Amino acid sequence: MSNWFMLNLIGNDQSGIVAQVTNALYKGGCHLGETSMMRLGGNFTMMMMTSLDGTETDLEKIVKPVAEKLELHVHIDSIEGRLHQHVEPNVRVTVFGADRAGIVAQVTGVLSESGMNILDLESDVGGTEDKPIYIMYMEGLAEDGIEALRTALEALRTEGIDVDVEEIETLIG
Amino acid sequence: MPLLEILKYPDERLKQISNEVVVFDDVLRSFITDLEEAMRAGPGGVGIAAPQVARFERIVIVDVSGKPKIKHNGCMILVNPEITEWEGYKIGREGCMSVPDYTGNVMRAEKIKLEALDEHGIKREFECEGYEARAVQHEIDHLDGLLFLDRLVSRKKDLFRRKVYKK
Repeated sequence: MSNWFMLNLIGNDQSGIVAQVTNALYKGGCHLGETSMMRLGGNFTMMMMTSLDGTETDLEKIVKPVAEKLELHVHIDSIEGRLHQHVEPNVRVTVFGADRAGIVAQVTGVLSESGMNILDLESDVGGTEDKPIYIMYMEGLAEDGIEALRTALEALRTEGIDVDVEEIETLIG
Repeated sequence: MPLLEILKYPDERLKQISNEVVVFDDVLRSFITDLEEAMRAGPGGVGIAAPQVARFERIVIVDVSGKPKIKHNGCMILVNPEITEWEGYKIGREGCMSVPDYTGNVMRAEKIKLEALDEHGIKREFECEGYEARAVQHEIDHLDGLLFLDRLVSRKKDLFRRKVYKK
């Protein structure tokens, strides 16, 4: 029977990583589910729901040759994986401001206290070396409503952080 | 009449371009009644296009009046619809009865004007904005064989689009 694993690979970015890794997985009899792959600070990171009729050791054997060739660090966890379990976000929060220590902790702390479950978060540092700016984009489920988030985030604006909270009203047509 | 079945991607028929309606008779009106029933049976369905039920004619129904606090024109039956004016653009989240269990961000005009015929062949004009305008554009796309999947955009593009709050 088929088992789900969360397969993580990280290493210096180079052209062809995705193609080579996924080809090895395909040839090894793996199926991919939801994945997230991204270049972060010169590293390429891959997180992949991977299913296989086999064990964690079997998956390790399949991945090892390609990971060694591309010098990727591998981490595998056995997971309770299921597809078609999407949670639809109802709010989108964007935050940006001058970069400083603690900005993510501060913003997400406020969001957590006011009932937001983060489903997806991407952040980046832009600007210049001497004047970096921090940009954060989140989608989530506001369990206590959108207004609760707006009110809670209001205080951050006085500290030079720009925050926008927008309702996501998914159209099904 | 049993509920009309919704075609699901990757059914190739969803890529067909639908034909103009030329005959406005009871057969057409009866179909429109069934089409509306199929729309209302869908989870959260605020619009439907005839090709979604394998009838390749330019017929669309949009009704967003169930959503709170938005401008709308009630239940719009749009036969041979044409968008005549577009204004502004906005990214919003869309899903589709023909693409279950997936939603994505799509750029649409914020305000539109359109002309269409009703179920009796009488010319009607509408102005739509926001959510309703989005629904109309989504449904008219179906008549041209397009799904929201054809128009997906990266959410990153959305970042600096909006107003900056006054401190």
